[in-house]
Amino acid sequence: MAKLNLVQAINQALAQEMEADADVIIIGEDVAKDGGVFRVTQGLLEKFGPERVIDTPLAELGIIGTAVGLAAYGMKPVAEIQFMGFIYAGIEQLFSHASRIRTRSRGRFSCPMVVRTPYGIGIKPPELHSESSEALFCQMPGIKVVIPSNPYSAKGLLISAIRDPDPVIFLEASRLYRSIKSDVPDEAYSIPLGKAAIYQEGGEITVVSWGTMLHRAAEASEDFDCEIIDLQTLRPFDEEAVINSVKKTGRLVIVHEAPRMLGFGAEVAALIAEEAFEYLKAPVVRVTAPDAVVPMARLEDHYMPSQERIKKAFEKVMQY
Amino acid sequence: MPITTIETIEVKSVRIIDERGEADESLMPPFKEDDFRRFFEAIILSRTFNQRALSLQREGRIGTYASIWGQEASQIGSALAFNNDDWLFPTFRESGVFVAKGYPMWMLYRYWAGDERGMQIPPEFNLFPMSVPVGTQIPHATGAAWAMKLKGHKKVAAVYFGDGGSSKGDFYEGLNFAGVNKVPAIFICQNNQWAISMPRSRQTAAKTIAQKAAAFGFEGVQVDGNDIAAVYKVTKDAVDKARGGGGPTLIECFTYRLDDHTTADDASRYRTDEEVEAWKAKEPLVRLRLYMEKRGWWTKEYEEAYAKKAQELVDSEIKKAEGYTPPDPADIIKYTYAELTPRQMRELKEFGWQS
Repeated sequence: MAKLNLVQAINQALAQEMEADADVIIIGEDVAKDGGVFRVTQGLLEKFGPERVIDTPLAELGIIGTAVGLAAYGMKPVAEIQFMGFIYAGIEQLFSHASRIRTRSRGRFSCPMVVRTPYGIGIKPPELHSESSEALFCQMPGIKVVIPSNPYSAKGLLISAIRDPDPVIFLEASRLYRSIKSDVPDEAYSIPLGKAAIYQEGGEITVVSWGTMLHRAAEASEDFDCEIIDLQTLRPFDEEAVINSVKKTGRLVIVHEAPRMLGFGAEVAALIAEEAFEYLKAPVVRVTAPDAVVPMARLEDHYMPSQERIKKAFEKVMQY
Repeated sequence: MPITTIETIEVKSVRIIDERGEADESLMPPFKEDDFRRFFEAIILSRTFNQRALSLQREGRIGTYASIWGQEASQIGSALAFNNDDWLFPTFRESGVFVAKGYPMWMLYRYWAGDERGMQIPPEFNLFPMSVPVGTQIPHATGAAWAMKLKGHKKVAAVYFGDGGSSKGDFYEGLNFAGVNKVPAIFICQNNQWAISMPRSRQTAAKTIAQKAAAFGFEGVQVDGNDIAAVYKVTKDAVDKARGGGGPTLIECFTYRLDDHTTADDASRYRTDEEVEAWKAKEPLVRLRLYMEKRGWWTKEYEEAYAKKAQELVDSEIKKAEGYTPPDPADIIKYTYAELTPRQMRELKEFGWQS
């Protein structure tokens, strides 16, 4: 057991899975010699050599498109896209091929690959380095979407993602990379995909969040009796955990960094409207970014849900 | 000496049998009579498959279909140059590749009738389900070839696409990755001169598609795509090179789409009958017939007897395709992931699809 940050925990998960399975390889821009722009893959080239930690041409479509072929043939590629804002060139490969080759071939072929990419506001970078477009990927059947909120879950979830027989988008909050540490067991362990974690038990408000926003929601919850659910996997998500909690608390607040319009909170809210309506004491409230593109650094604090806005949401649902 | 030439590109075009059936025997692979019969019969069979598909579409028995008429030499000549454990990544216009590899024709008809079970590729075939979005399958072949190299397997991966597909970013990124990693991939462009209504000249200002390989650091070659002997030779050379660690090759098969783009298209809107007629004289079967006849390997009776056999075979395949239980609606959900999600399990019940 060691205290690791998110970068270290992910690095350890990668190293341990590469040790355990010779088919696991890392591909991406600057992942080998440079260790990735966030140094997540640092040291892996030295450990596993240039045939398993591979710098690719600067081409996101090519990275994801060749990963489809690598995976279909029997490798387990873990592809890194440098920032989520650059993943869009690879969306056709993910949506038209990776997600559906199992269905199209009625089970003959599959695509066991992981696409890792940093998401969200956090490092005051240039434009398009702070995207939080997870909901886009959650709409596509055949893909799994995972967003860890801490080093411990990041390691266990990434190990599960690599072992998973289907394509997984693994989103790493750039804001959390080096800002939090947790106890991480030395050995390899897995946390099942599709299962939420109860971050904090409580009785009056169910709070659903993930990634960076989970921490902000937790900080805002001090004066409230909140049950905080860390969704961890957004697709497929742990509907049962959310329903059961709302049945207990009667109130639901969803906090996410993406805009409200068809953000993943919409799906969570709709689920509760369909499955637990009669348990609700108050309207479901979403705390999200505004319906606008992510601004650059000077305005990003205004864009992200603040503690104040989250508290207001808690106050609002407690009025009922 | 401030200006020097640092690179020149040479693009070769290969033809062995010309339109009159005359051959340059010095280029001819060591084929025997049986090999030519195999080529000839594969063209007849795939053409019979194709013709029947067009009729079935008109009768409403299958959906929209993309004809291969005119491109049989490009498809069959190349497909036969691969081993069965090589991986092929075809598009929707590759019936000739499927038929040449011995893929069950009834499964192809099934697929074109709107039933995904037709692309439940049996394990003895290493064909990927035909790709529908143009050019997007190109990086897959690069990836598979890369995997073969990493695993030390002496196999190759080949991908088919058209002149239209060569305009896609997938083409550039797929070929670029292949060149950089020197993977055993063969890129087969069937330049059939038309991408629906767009002539080849509207896809690229380059003189050939073959020359684009130079930008990726490997060899590109043009071949007369209606000459099955030349297509086979060029492909086989590329396969041997790739298997020996020599890296990828881009092959441009210069051919012609004699039919409409698909059964939903009307090519008379954008090209002349004269152009089509001129290409009919160059189509693959004409020259193969002449070549074989000169050697006493072709007679009218032989062709008629095989054509009859092909018709009977195709008839029985259609019968098999149509005489089956309809697909299970649960299949819509069942193959999304390796395991059903809790939501999918609920939906199976909700939709009444649980068996």
